[in-house]
Amino acid sequence: MSTSVAMATETANDLPPVPGAGVIGVHRVTKRFPGVTAVDDVSLTIHPGEVHVLLGENGAGKSTLVGILAGLQEPDEGYLSVDGNRTRLASPSASLNAGISTVFQHSMLVPTLTVLENLTLGAPWYERPPRARIEARMAELKREFSLSLPLDAVTGDLSLGQQQQIEIARALLRDSKVLILDEATSMLTPQGAQELGARMQKLVKGGLAVIFITHKLAEAYQFGDRISVLKQGALAGEMGPEQLKSMTEKQAVDEIVRLMFGREDGATSTEHRQSTARAETLLRIEQLATEGDADVVGLENVSLALKAGEILGIAGIDGNGQKQLAEAVAGQRPVSAGRVEFDGIDITRATVAQRREIGLRYLTDDRLEEGSVGAFPVSENTVLKDVGRPPFWVNGIERPARIAQHARDLIARFSVYTPSETTPIGRLSGGNIQKVLLGRELSGEARAVVFNKPTYGLDLQNIDASRQRISEIAAQGMGVVLISTDLDELMALSDRIAVIEGGRIRGVVDNDGGGEALRLRIGRMMAGAEEHMETME
Amino acid sequence: MVDDATPAAENPDAEAARAAPLAWRGSMKRFLTLTAGPIVAAFVLSAVILLLVGVNPLTYYGYILERSLFSGLGLEQTATRMAPLLFLCASLIVAFRAGIWNLGTDGQFLLGAVVAAAIAPLLVSVLPGWAVLLTGFVLAMIAGGLWSIVPALLKAYQGVNEIITTLMMSFLGVLLASTLVKLVFRDPETTVPQTRTLPVEDRLPRLFDTSISSGLIWGLVAVLAVHLMMTRTAFGMKLRMVGANPAAASHAGLSVPLLTMATFALSAGFAGLSGASEILGVAGNVRADWNPAYGLMVIPLVFLARFHGVGSIVLVFFYSALLIGSESAARRLGVPQDFTLVLVASLLICLGLGEYIDYRKQKQER
Repeated sequence: MSTSVAMATETANDLPPVPGAGVIGVHRVTKRFPGVTAVDDVSLTIHPGEVHVLLGENGAGKSTLVGILAGLQEPDEGYLSVDGNRTRLASPSASLNAGISTVFQHSMLVPTLTVLENLTLGAPWYERPPRARIEARMAELKREFSLSLPLDAVTGDLSLGQQQQIEIARALLRDSKVLILDEATSMLTPQGAQELGARMQKLVKGGLAVIFITHKLAEAYQFGDRISVLKQGALAGEMGPEQLKSMTEKQAVDEIVRLMFGREDGATSTEHRQSTARAETLLRIEQLATEGDADVVGLENVSLALKAGEILGIAGIDGNGQKQLAEAVAGQRPVSAGRVEFDGIDITRATVAQRREIGLRYLTDDRLEEGSVGAFPVSENTVLKDVGRPPFWVNGIERPARIAQHARDLIARFSVYTPSETTPIGRLSGGNIQKVLLGRELSGEARAVVFNKPTYGLDLQNIDASRQRISEIAAQGMGVVLISTDLDELMALSDRIAVIEGGRIRGVVDNDGGGEALRLRIGRMMAGAEEHMETME
Repeated sequence: MVDDATPAAENPDAEAARAAPLAWRGSMKRFLTLTAGPIVAAFVLSAVILLLVGVNPLTYYGYILERSLFSGLGLEQTATRMAPLLFLCASLIVAFRAGIWNLGTDGQFLLGAVVAAAIAPLLVSVLPGWAVLLTGFVLAMIAGGLWSIVPALLKAYQGVNEIITTLMMSFLGVLLASTLVKLVFRDPETTVPQTRTLPVEDRLPRLFDTSISSGLIWGLVAVLAVHLMMTRTAFGMKLRMVGANPAAASHAGLSVPLLTMATFALSAGFAGLSGASEILGVAGNVRADWNPAYGLMVIPLVFLARFHGVGSIVLVFFYSALLIGSESAARRLGVPQDFTLVLVASLLICLGLGEYIDYRKQKQER
């Protein structure tokens, strides 16, 4: 700690940013996890004096890339370089020693310690915190970057924005060359985000390189000097400083939307499904609203209608109210205004069990934390939503043989790969858990199913099988609400696509099967542009 | 992680045939690491300590066995001692399986005992014998249950950690019980502060011609009933679901707060019953300074049995034998009675080690 504090100011002067030479190079890095390629042959050059934005949706590989740079994971293929020298970052301390500091999405501070104590964490245990030196440095930081922190305040009492400033200050005290900010604006107020943007500009003027990770398009344009767009693990495109400067905001946003949501070259053209929609309206949602809070977007004035045999896609960037919509329809989340009607019956106040009984089903996106009980065998997981009901329970007494038979049928019908129905479901792969949950939702008299990101995190084979299954369900006359962050999926399957942003429906469009114009129109709505609701009923 | 396209999926029968003896050997090994091994190790460890203080461990263990299991009177005492411990096992099995760490059974136990001891002697002249006992048990259950309401409400609706609240309420409960005996329910005819005494002939009947209290039978029934409830009924399944994954439970439409309240009520109710079984079956009254602290004693046993009813019964039997035997051994061999605690402590340490070894092994196998 002591040496780094002393050297802090010198480095910036000794090493003026060399144009063109990257401080960090990512060279053809690939990282695979079971069933999914999280980062696919990505090459990047991080330049000092630039805010480099990594833009992409959830699951695009941003977090994995951050993990690799922070020394939490190592690439399977490819390598990293620091100052032009090939380097291995095998541990977080290796990453720190290489001058890379990471501010993670969730605070890595100890809330019960003071700011000063948090700043000196990680120093050798036998040293007293060098308070005077840190105070002097903090005064400097305050002048240069308007970081103002009360050193003796207890960290947990400070606002999230101030806590983030502590982490940035910690990185600067460590004398870092590169600062990674992972989804740094997600916890901040709009004003806090603006301040952070201004601060990043000041930081890079001092010769630092900032890597700013976000899924918000507007922030990428406002704060970034250079933008790299990630899509499904691969680099979809990059826009350098010259290119960005030469464009108007509208042109730039259009280009980013094209990179993020456009069909990439060589992608298999997914066939558009023939509509099987019938005349009668199955599910009607009218002016639905839910309470929101600091972490959760509330729904506002959501109105949608679903016909039998129809697939209604819900497009949107993750975290814009999709889960709340699904939960409100399933009866899991209290509704503050509006009504939900199923087959002409008002079910706004109905319980989860009552809704399931009349055929309204919900397949959660959180397979492990919400959808299944990992320690329970597959068989019990197939009847979790029918506890106490015949034929699996008679007068409250369990009938294990019937449950086992039901589970074996389900395993066969949905081709679940499992050693047996007694295996704890937590040992199965994500795709197989998903099949069990799907089987559970479709058992009995299902009439409408809300799918929340049904193919998220699955491998290609399972994705295809799931999509196939969804169109079969619609063909049988069930209504499907398909929530997805994958636009290709929505365009391949949906009859209509509603776009949700900030808890509101920004528009509903008829899906003509994947025209580029439609895709970009949806992309713009996803980014928050309002559009007249043309095809609303 | 079971991957797609394992050989098991292609040829399940052959795989199963091969897997069966392997699985049996595996579970045998696990039993050795998790249960049998630690118990043996604990006895060896305690033997070493006995040697160090100059007592022959074989004499000591032999004496315990002889006094608690191989003598008629000892066996009867062991069986009688089991009754309250069994009710406490039932209490803890409900709670632990439902993911609620009720560590306040001592307070609930004592309040149940005091209420039973205060009411039953007064009713003897009014009601028939069976009704006196029934009233005593029911009121004890209610008293125990009431004492868990504060932690239950805090846990169910505010998410306050029940480990802390139940422990604190337990201290208060123990003190309240003693205060009640001194100030409200005190028997005016004795000099020692204690409740009125239930006459021996009005206590729980003895079994056959022995001195074993029939509380033993009720305790066994309680543990087995709870075990069946948790493993075979819809209600038990709901409680286990709340315990294993509350998010999944509310996703499936269960009311997690209400089920949490029910768990507390059942668990604390059984703790109250345990107190009543000791009073109405054996002691007959409560002295102001009486606190056997059975609740905390039973916790390691229930853990060792992996929350399994039958396993708990077996362990309670051996533990009672140990308690009874060591009481006599203390008198005869000069080893303090608290040496049982040394044995229990070494058992816990060895169990922890067994758990660790098992965890490491499982991790390696993945």
